[in-house]
Amino acid sequence: MSETLLSVKNLKKHFAVSGGVFAREVDRVHAVDGVSFDIGKGETLGLVGESGCGKSTTGRCILRLIEPSSGEVWFEGADVTRLGADAMRALRRDMQIIFQDPYASLNPRLTVGAIVGEALQIHGLAKSRRALEERVLELLETVGLQADHMGRFPHEFSGGQRQRIGIARALAVDPKLVICDEPVSALDVSIQAQVINLLEDLQEKFGLTYLFIAHDLSVVEHISTRIAVMYLGRVVEIAPARDLYDTPLHPYSEALLSAVPIPDPTVKRKRIMLEGDVPNPIRPPSGCHFHTRCPIARPDCSQRSPALEEKRPGHWVACHYRG
Amino acid sequence: MAENLLDIRGLKTWFKTDDGVVRAVDGVDLHLDRGETLGVVGESGCGKTVTARSVLKLIDMPPGRFEAGEILWKGRNLIPLPAEEMNKIRAREIAIIFQEPMTSLNPVYTVGYQIAEVLRQHENLSRKQAVEGAVEMLRLVNIPNPGKRVHDYPHQFSGGMRQRVMIAMALSCKPQLLIADEPTTALDVTIQAQILELMQEMKDRLGMSIMLITHAMGVVAETCQRVVVMYAGKVVEEAPVEALFANPRHPYTQGLIRSIPRVDRAAAKERLEAIPGTVPSLLTPPPGCRFAARCKYAMDVCVTAMPPLKEVGPGHRVACVL
Amino acid sequence: MAGSTPASLTADAPAETSAARKARRFSPWQEAWRRFRRHKMALVSAFALLVIVFAVLAGPFIWPVPINEIDFTAKLQGPSVSHPMGTDDLGQDLLARLIYGGRISLAVGVAAMVVAIFVGVLIGAIAGMASGAVDAALMWVTDLFLSLPQLPLLLLVIYLFREPVKGVLGIEGGAFVLIVAVIGGTRWMPAARLVRAQFLSIREKEFVEAARALGASRLRLVLMHILPNAMGPVIVVATIDIAAAIIAESTLSFLGLGFPSDVPTWGSVLRDAKDYLDIAPHWALFPGALIFITVLAINFIGDGLRDALDPRRVL
Repeated sequence: MSETLLSVKNLKKHFAVSGGVFAREVDRVHAVDGVSFDIGKGETLGLVGESGCGKSTTGRCILRLIEPSSGEVWFEGADVTRLGADAMRALRRDMQIIFQDPYASLNPRLTVGAIVGEALQIHGLAKSRRALEERVLELLETVGLQADHMGRFPHEFSGGQRQRIGIARALAVDPKLVICDEPVSALDVSIQAQVINLLEDLQEKFGLTYLFIAHDLSVVEHISTRIAVMYLGRVVEIAPARDLYDTPLHPYSEALLSAVPIPDPTVKRKRIMLEGDVPNPIRPPSGCHFHTRCPIARPDCSQRSPALEEKRPGHWVACHYRG
Repeated sequence: MAENLLDIRGLKTWFKTDDGVVRAVDGVDLHLDRGETLGVVGESGCGKTVTARSVLKLIDMPPGRFEAGEILWKGRNLIPLPAEEMNKIRAREIAIIFQEPMTSLNPVYTVGYQIAEVLRQHENLSRKQAVEGAVEMLRLVNIPNPGKRVHDYPHQFSGGMRQRVMIAMALSCKPQLLIADEPTTALDVTIQAQILELMQEMKDRLGMSIMLITHAMGVVAETCQRVVVMYAGKVVEEAPVEALFANPRHPYTQGLIRSIPRVDRAAAKERLEAIPGTVPSLLTPPPGCRFAARCKYAMDVCVTAMPPLKEVGPGHRVACVL
Repeated sequence: MAGSTPASLTADAPAETSAARKARRFSPWQEAWRRFRRHKMALVSAFALLVIVFAVLAGPFIWPVPINEIDFTAKLQGPSVSHPMGTDDLGQDLLARLIYGGRISLAVGVAAMVVAIFVGVLIGAIAGMASGAVDAALMWVTDLFLSLPQLPLLLLVIYLFREPVKGVLGIEGGAFVLIVAVIGGTRWMPAARLVRAQFLSIREKEFVEAARALGASRLRLVLMHILPNAMGPVIVVATIDIAAAIIAESTLSFLGLGFPSDVPTWGSVLRDAKDYLDIAPHWALFPGALIFITVLAINFIGDGLRDALDPRRVL
């Protein structure tokens, strides 16, 4: 792995569940429960898992759109979680985010020009109105939109085009790290490919580093250098993309992979069917969170919680009995 | 060929909106045989959902309208059928499950009550028999502890379990055709696998046919025998599933298959083949082939006339001049 | 045209139409006007209201009859050419009095609405952004105001403050300020609750999160992103507030607690007419009809705006 750009250490986020007469905290959702990973400069780390596994919360905690409960996020020599308001605002030029829903992520009352140019205004990156407009035009062209789109409003665009607008907005500040939170999940398949290709082109052109959060394993496999699999707030496996797909070590990763439908009727695979549903994150199972659904669970899996260990070069797994 | 259960001919379902007439389904022909699983695929706005709802006449009229065509269910045209007659066919002969298991169940009644209601409405059972029937249905769809869960409310079930309840409800009157409208789109991939397997099992056990509406090519490849590909309100290709994936003839189908990244391919790192542009408006559809504007093989003739479906192989028909 | 979940037609159709309109361009406000125009009653009402507003503004120039010219020879006359709306018990021309009264009634309505909406938006916005203890305290105050009986409160406040305010601002000015403050001050709560609810939902929207990720300050978030998107329903409430304020002013005038008795307003003319209902029904009919038509028109406009500014269609 190349030089590390972002290093997440034991990140936790607990949401309080209040109830009762005085809205006391009665329970906690352990949305992110001790997540650690590194992202190297210029690489794409895929973060996959099913709904409720904490992958989106992890992304937002890194940007402090949600304040993490504990843990460290090291970015270029500084712990992001300890930065003051001003330092944080400055840091926002280096870290950006692309959202899932191309409808909800653009302010319907602003023109495309205002949306894309907002960051330039906030950080005073354009000397004049003229310069601002030129930069916005340049950004629109970079993401494959046209100059005359600048004066239009979001509702005039299709989902794929809106997603391009969101990408242009993120690129406006020349970020080093872009967190892509399910950027293609809301798009049609034929449009998905357009956006994935665009993201790949931009990475090459601007030397971007991506944290690519998604539930669609085929998309993640395609775009990522390395992949981290999350289950109930914890990372259960991190490996180079190809390794993970060829030899998944964690039984959850294995089941997840075998459940992905393959668009080829001639391919017949043995599918590992998981029993039941993801447990409630308010009361996650003791020990290894996966033991309730695990096909190879043994009695002590409910006692001891496994740590991530490097079982093969670059391939980390949190399982007592695999690898 | 097996017995023809459902035969849709030249169906046009249009919607009058403030901006003009939306031709959501604009001349669709498709048929479904007894015991087969037919996949209807396409992107949002291609008309697949409207086609499915047209079969059960679940379209609000107005704004919707059957502009032309017929829907032959076992030889009988459903379009002119009065509402009471149609109600006898719904649930008992043709049932439907929707994408959102959350909103398709009424939150104020227990699931047992909701299934029992369907049974009582169509089967003339006593209350006690109907509840027993409901327990039986829950057991059939592999819900653990059905005797107890029958008294639970929808919010006490997880997404996957709710979809099982929906399937139990849809199958309670032993229909001959189950229309599944994006049944797994809202579910996680491991749960999706469970539900698809359940549908397959139910189909084998009850000997019904399935019309599976989906946008996911992977789901089609793993569950369907025959596939109809729709684009902008029209059928562009129809083929047995092996033929479709081995030899897609329509450029749109080719694009759909090639634009999805594949997990099982080692050399997956190549660039995806994206289809440029976006879906055309159904208000003023282009006169020729609706895919022409996005098609890399488009010729002059494509812009002027919509090519009809023509046979290119056994059961393989495509609407393309190539 | 996209969206992964092509579940229903309703989800598909609007996206379709917006794609089709790509050639013509509409800002969200123009879009709302397009939809408003389809609401026939609202359009008719808007026209009626414009006529009334124009009449009370330009009326004195077209119908230059003094409002207080007493003519006992012509008292309690029905509508005629010289007095199109008849006269009152002092022979004063009712058309002139109602034109003048309309100015006051409409001015009170609009001003009270502005006060109510300003206070409501301010409190709602602070509560919606602050959350926690500040939010709880502000909502407690709002609930407190909501639970106070309105009319007795109005009467009490006017009774207590009429004289001091009159001393500072003069008789008419004092009455105007006091009435506007009292009506506005007891009508801001629905707006505050609405704005708070809007803020709570909009501030969770991804575009607001995006702005935060770009480093936008809280003030910028509120002014650029949250408030403009919260205003649709607030505008609807505002129109209805105008109507309610006109009624409230009429009620106060009717009870003799509004403007001084020699200043005509729609409500005070109605009050003066009440003793002559059997011999001069026109006297009560015209102010009553004006209040009725104005309030009805404003409510219809509110309905039209509700459809036109439906947040589901905008967001």
